[in-house]
Amino acid sequence: MESLRNKISGRNIVAILIFLFLLTAPFYMSSFRTNMISKYMCYALVAIGIDMIWGYTGILSLGHGVYFGLGAYCMAMYLKLESSGTGLPDFMTWSGLTELPLFWEPFKSPVISMILVIAVPTILALVIGYLTFLNRIKGVYFSILSQALAAAMATLLIGMQKYLGGSNGLTNFSTIFGKSVYLPAVKSAMYYITLAFLIGAFVICSILVKKRVGKVLVAIRDGENRTRFMGYNPAVYKVFVYCLSAVLAGIAGALYVPQVGIISPNDVNISPSIEMVIWVAIGGKGTLIGPIIGALVTNFGKSIISENFPELWSYFIGFMFIFVILLLPGGIVSLKDVPRRIINKINLYKEKKMDNEKNKKVLAKRQHN
Amino acid sequence: MELFISQIFNGLSVSSILLLAALGLAITFGLMGVINMAHGEFIMIGAYTTYVIQNIFKSNVPEKFFDTYFIVSIIMSFVIAGIFGLILERLIIRHLYGRVLDSLLVTWGVSLVLQQLARTIFGSSNVSVIPPSFVDNNLKVTQLLSFSYKRIFILIMAFICVALVAFIMYKTRAGRNVRATMQNRAMAASLGVNTNIIDAGTFAIGSGFAGIAGCALTFLGPIGPTIGTSYIVDTFMTVVVGGVGRIVGAITGSFIIGMGTSSFEFFTSASLGKVITFIVVIILLQIKPKGIFTISTRSLDD
Repeated sequence: MESLRNKISGRNIVAILIFLFLLTAPFYMSSFRTNMISKYMCYALVAIGIDMIWGYTGILSLGHGVYFGLGAYCMAMYLKLESSGTGLPDFMTWSGLTELPLFWEPFKSPVISMILVIAVPTILALVIGYLTFLNRIKGVYFSILSQALAAAMATLLIGMQKYLGGSNGLTNFSTIFGKSVYLPAVKSAMYYITLAFLIGAFVICSILVKKRVGKVLVAIRDGENRTRFMGYNPAVYKVFVYCLSAVLAGIAGALYVPQVGIISPNDVNISPSIEMVIWVAIGGKGTLIGPIIGALVTNFGKSIISENFPELWSYFIGFMFIFVILLLPGGIVSLKDVPRRIINKINLYKEKKMDNEKNKKVLAKRQHN
Repeated sequence: MELFISQIFNGLSVSSILLLAALGLAITFGLMGVINMAHGEFIMIGAYTTYVIQNIFKSNVPEKFFDTYFIVSIIMSFVIAGIFGLILERLIIRHLYGRVLDSLLVTWGVSLVLQQLARTIFGSSNVSVIPPSFVDNNLKVTQLLSFSYKRIFILIMAFICVALVAFIMYKTRAGRNVRATMQNRAMAASLGVNTNIIDAGTFAIGSGFAGIAGCALTFLGPIGPTIGTSYIVDTFMTVVVGGVGRIVGAITGSFIIGMGTSSFEFFTSASLGKVITFIVVIILLQIKPKGIFTISTRSLDD
């Protein structure tokens, strides 16, 4: 019990240190780096959601880029309309549209846009989750389906050249809520709003996993049938956690767009979706601070490596996948346990050796007799 | 009518490539409970092997015998992809038996590495392979209706491969051992089946068939480092729809996905076709959550 308490407080200290660093970063870092960190915080927000569904509930979703993209596109449509003033968005005029398509209408209002940022991912997650989990499509079948979802969504977006900008995506935003996106004040406001959402998600999820809901989620991960026999309906909990992670991803996408200035089908496709999962694995699944560390560290590494050696990044991330999952399943958070694990392994090896020798002696004796 | 027939033919041709790719995947998934995301990269390896062999033939063999290169390349793409598969199995996959989700992520990492490797060796731009001259023509049935020999050739190839796998699986001792291991690993092992060798061998052969699929793909267009990625999702859908571990499942699955994709794309658009196929698969899984053909088992968890 004592060690458990230590463990928890140790992680909390790490969490507080990270959040302190993020709070103070704009004061001593260049605006370029601050903007980068802000982007990574959006990724961290997605990672928390993926951790809730993968680390705690044991469902591997390879399609979270879809929800990230939905949130981002909702936000981008609003920004695009605001930037275009009374006219049509530029790409629509290029492709010969003369009238605003009907599904763009709601995005004229900022309030409805913000509601849709949350509503659209939730509804899709609800439908997909309901159709899959209720019919007990689980494990790897779900993973493959979610990946196919990402592929289908990306091709759909690429095909909507007229309505959503096709493979170029949506870009060229100038204002957000009437203010220019290039103002330093707007930028730092966006930074702290992102941080606030990140801390909020962290706190809410920390509370959630300590409540009964969190316990049931872990129970589903460790023995779904037993949970069912105890009277819980796993499907309901799974749909809930799937929607939760979708909402987090959607919010992250909405925060991402004004800061990065572009969203395209490339951010929705299979590769970015699966990369999101590896952030969680690298940081440490099944802990809430792990995904935040993972998203920050991996993406920081990605920009440093691809700034200097663009060729190497694919090798690096590839070997990271292999290394972390084979040898360090607990991620960065579990690094402190590594020495103990090695010692345990050595001890086990010694015991085995001694046992073998003992057995040999016994055998020799028997043969002698 | 002509349109209809040629549409069916197109669908069959897409199905046959999917079938070649899914064959190995369905067996290894059923046998070892391992999802190999790098399977698409074995397709790529097969395609590049064909490219290399063609180049060797171009510079060393008199033009008269140039067409024989494809026989060599079918065999070699099987062998090379198989060897890569064997290495992968021994180095990484065997530590992952039973950890399906982990194996999925690890092999995705492998696929990233292999793709970058291909980029480093062959460059990131696409390369093209000249198909042998005898498949260059079309089989003309009527004025409007014609089948390209390339696609007929791929169909025949797929047919031969399936027949071969079916023969191995159901008529030989090795195949019986594979099926036994698939049904009950512990029991098979205690009856003297060396499951280690079975795993490694099956994985290598499955990868080899992906290599042949890659060889077939070179007939249809230029090849690049990411050629595997564009097929991997459809291949996995094939396995999921058809069911794991059964050849008849792979055939049915590839038929549904191949015909579905090509006809939906024909009637709507390329992007909508993909979405409709996805919806159809979800609906199919509502009725049969584990695919159409499953290996019946009494265990609750698997």
